[in-house]
Amino acid sequence: MQFMASKQPENSLLGPESDSQRTLYPYVTGTSVVALKYKDGILMAADMGGSYGSTLRYKSVERMKPIGKHSLLGASGEISDFQEILHYLDELILYDNMWDDGNSLGPKEVHNYLTRVMYNRRNKFNPLWNSLVLGGVKNGQKYLGTVSMIGVNFEDNHVATGFGNHLARPILRQEWHENLSFEDGVRLLEKCMRVLLYRDRSAINKLQIAKITEEGSTISQPYSLKTYWEFSAFANPAQGAVGS
Amino acid sequence: MPKQQANWSPYDNNGGSCVAVSGADYCVIAADTRMSTGYNILTRDYSKICKLADKCVMASSGFQADVKALQKHLAARHLVPLKIQIYQHQHNKQMSCPAMAQLLSNTLYYKRFFPYYSFNVLGGLDNEGKGCVFTYDAVGSYEKVGYSSQGSGSTLIMPFLDNQLKSPSPLLLPVQDAVTPLAEAEAVDLVKTVFASASERDIYTGDKLEIVVINADGIRREHMDLRKD
Repeated sequence: MQFMASKQPENSLLGPESDSQRTLYPYVTGTSVVALKYKDGILMAADMGGSYGSTLRYKSVERMKPIGKHSLLGASGEISDFQEILHYLDELILYDNMWDDGNSLGPKEVHNYLTRVMYNRRNKFNPLWNSLVLGGVKNGQKYLGTVSMIGVNFEDNHVATGFGNHLARPILRQEWHENLSFEDGVRLLEKCMRVLLYRDRSAINKLQIAKITEEGSTISQPYSLKTYWEFSAFANPAQGAVGS
Repeated sequence: MPKQQANWSPYDNNGGSCVAVSGADYCVIAADTRMSTGYNILTRDYSKICKLADKCVMASSGFQADVKALQKHLAARHLVPLKIQIYQHQHNKQMSCPAMAQLLSNTLYYKRFFPYYSFNVLGGLDNEGKGCVFTYDAVGSYEKVGYSSQGSGSTLIMPFLDNQLKSPSPLLLPVQDAVTPLAEAEAVDLVKTVFASASERDIYTGDKLEIVVINADGIRREHMDLRKD
């Protein structure tokens, strides 16, 4: 005789236990992405870390990729979901190219597409666990936007994800201005990344800076920032602490 | 193993306030341009106002992704067949504000069991050219009023509007007009005052104020700076 365990309806909002296909929490994650508009286009920075919880599992993860001719995508959050997004975008760009009509998707269009994808996944209670930064230039128009895992999106002169919102945005609000030179833009991004390196425990000292202009995009080779740990105030951090 | 609970919420509150005030031959719709999440400001220059028809404008605050989806649902003209376009084809005229008001209500109620977290005020001119304001909750319950506010600052703004604009009770007989006695310029001034005050005490309201004025001449926009803190 067969005993049937009580079965929950397949289409209930919350889903039965057997619905193990939905994202519950992220596994391998990337931390902040920071980006800003400068004179010739967009500059974006992200480190190369892929954390597995509190373990620094992967140290060469490229979290920024060029999309089509005019855009650059940076992602924080679940790395596997980022890879899936790149797969969707590959298809999008392919179909765009196959029209062969001289037109190509600009950053604004790609950002809109990504927003719709993220929002629709959120509607199905199966989000892509990422915060995305989409920057680019088309026909002289610079564009920089962001979209979160639940579909909240906007564009601005500078954006950041995760800890970058807390640590980098205030610096950018203070020091960003129109028509930054390339050197100034990089210096400003490095300032932000250095603060993140000091204060975000999931940040690593191996980063890339990506640039996109009307001419195209480049992603730098990985490099590290100079840090200073000899501030006297931190020399003997436990001095005077209770129980030390 | 006990069933896993979701540790993420499909909703977020991105804050902001919206106001609409109507007069005999005009309607003023306004909203701040701040977008926040938690204690962070995401951006200081995000418009919450969307033009739905020739003389019909909607301002919405709440969860930005839902607001955007709602706006696209109602206003995206390139999609065919779409409700607005169908209306124009079948009725041979643009949708009036009261017609749009009903459409918005139905659209919101359609998602009654997974709502658009969007708090809306609809403003415009009705078929006679008189100003009208419709105010909504997240699931489409709506009412024609002379003025209204929604969003994070509405608790601060609404009492002040009540004090200044004294809307007659809908229970009175004979029915009294729900339209304000103010002139257009005075209404715009009132709206500016109201947002300046709300920005003082509501942390989610501030940065910049976007005002849209609809009258017989058309639609015009104004901007005003608000506190950035």
